[in-house]
Amino acid sequence: MRSYLPRFELRGPSELDEALDLIAANPGEWKPFAGGTDLMVSLEQGKLGHRKFVSVTQIAELRGVEVASSHVLIGALATYSQLKRNSVLQDEFPLLCQAASETGSIANQNRGTIGGNIANASPAADSPPALLVYDAELELASKRGARCIPYWRFHTGYKQMDLAPDEIISHIRLPRRDKQWRQYYRKVGTRRAQAISKVCFAGVAKLVDGRVRDIRIALGSVAPTVLRCVKTEELLLGSASPSRVKEAQEQLAAEMSPVDDFRSNAKYRSHVAQNLLAEFLLQL
Amino acid sequence: MSSGVSATVRFTVNERPQSVTAHPLRRLLDVLREDLHLTGTKEGCGEGECGACAVLLDGEVVNSCLVPILHAQDAKIVTIEGLAHNDKARLLQEAFIQCGGAQCGICTPGMVVASWSLLERNPLPTDDDLRSALSGNLCRCTGYTRIFDAIKSASGKLSQAAAE
Repeated sequence: MRSYLPRFELRGPSELDEALDLIAANPGEWKPFAGGTDLMVSLEQGKLGHRKFVSVTQIAELRGVEVASSHVLIGALATYSQLKRNSVLQDEFPLLCQAASETGSIANQNRGTIGGNIANASPAADSPPALLVYDAELELASKRGARCIPYWRFHTGYKQMDLAPDEIISHIRLPRRDKQWRQYYRKVGTRRAQAISKVCFAGVAKLVDGRVRDIRIALGSVAPTVLRCVKTEELLLGSASPSRVKEAQEQLAAEMSPVDDFRSNAKYRSHVAQNLLAEFLLQL
Repeated sequence: MSSGVSATVRFTVNERPQSVTAHPLRRLLDVLREDLHLTGTKEGCGEGECGACAVLLDGEVVNSCLVPILHAQDAKIVTIEGLAHNDKARLLQEAFIQCGGAQCGICTPGMVVASWSLLERNPLPTDDDLRSALSGNLCRCTGYTRIFDAIKSASGKLSQAAAE
């Protein structure tokens, strides 16, 4: 059933300071509201638990993609459409562009934001595995000052984040790399558009003389949070590509904790994730 | 002007300036249909899945069921009514009729808005471009083939007209 609107509040400051004042005044009372592609759905379904929101969409400093020599700084309000059209991201961070272009539909890509996607903290989100393999860092803003944390430490449990009630995600920082990394991304779902993934896989690897010098593997929809598979990475380090596929698949299966739900089941998810790992490794 | 429960929002709809005072979370879809009486925009799922409520917001397709009216501040909105008087968009709508791309009609305004937005950016779309651009617009009648036929027919006629 639809929510009764007068019970809810939405304010729309145009300055970051104003928004930070509001969420700091009584921590936990106000929560950020970005593109609305998740929150408006919950509101319509009568499932929006929180009542007071501060819209951040008018805040200029949270927008845009800025390219510096050592990194790319993505404003939390960057939409999927903006990400997938950005030429530097297409060139250096193609997995993020691919994830953006396979999220929702065009209409949702035009409204949904990367910051909102991260803060919504769904373990089935499609961009976070790409952010994990790119060693993304999050910049968090608050009245107390800004702080920066590695993204792999941000999701601490199902819908749990290292984000204080007076903080908002302001930017995503991607360190720029040389172009020797091989990259792989694949989302498996019922259809390419709209469907939420059953399994989503992102992998990057750097090979020197046919051996794995560096590697990152991350998965969505197979654990309470998006998952960086560090043990599988360690196992593959130094190995000649594409040896050790079987061992790596077993290690990957041990690292995941997929569940049965209405979208898929644990056995299928585990099997598909292992197949995606093999496809990634055999392409190296 | 704006409190948490009431906001006065100014924007244009089909090039006409509008000012609406409403709850800031009120859906753009409801403002269009109920306050401005522009009932061409339809509600399908109300959850951003079906695209029936698609409109253009600053030139980009959005699902108006997911846009709180506060986010329409200073925006340029174009609805299906706004495409009725545009010669080129009328050609697209005639193609929908000629090809049988419209049956029950609920998805049609969203289909026309989304395909119009595609043709504006990409006048000669491939089949893949079409499928991708309309992936968020569901139709339970046509099986999509006739909708794709309509857009391809319009695309051909529009590019022919542009060349002449």
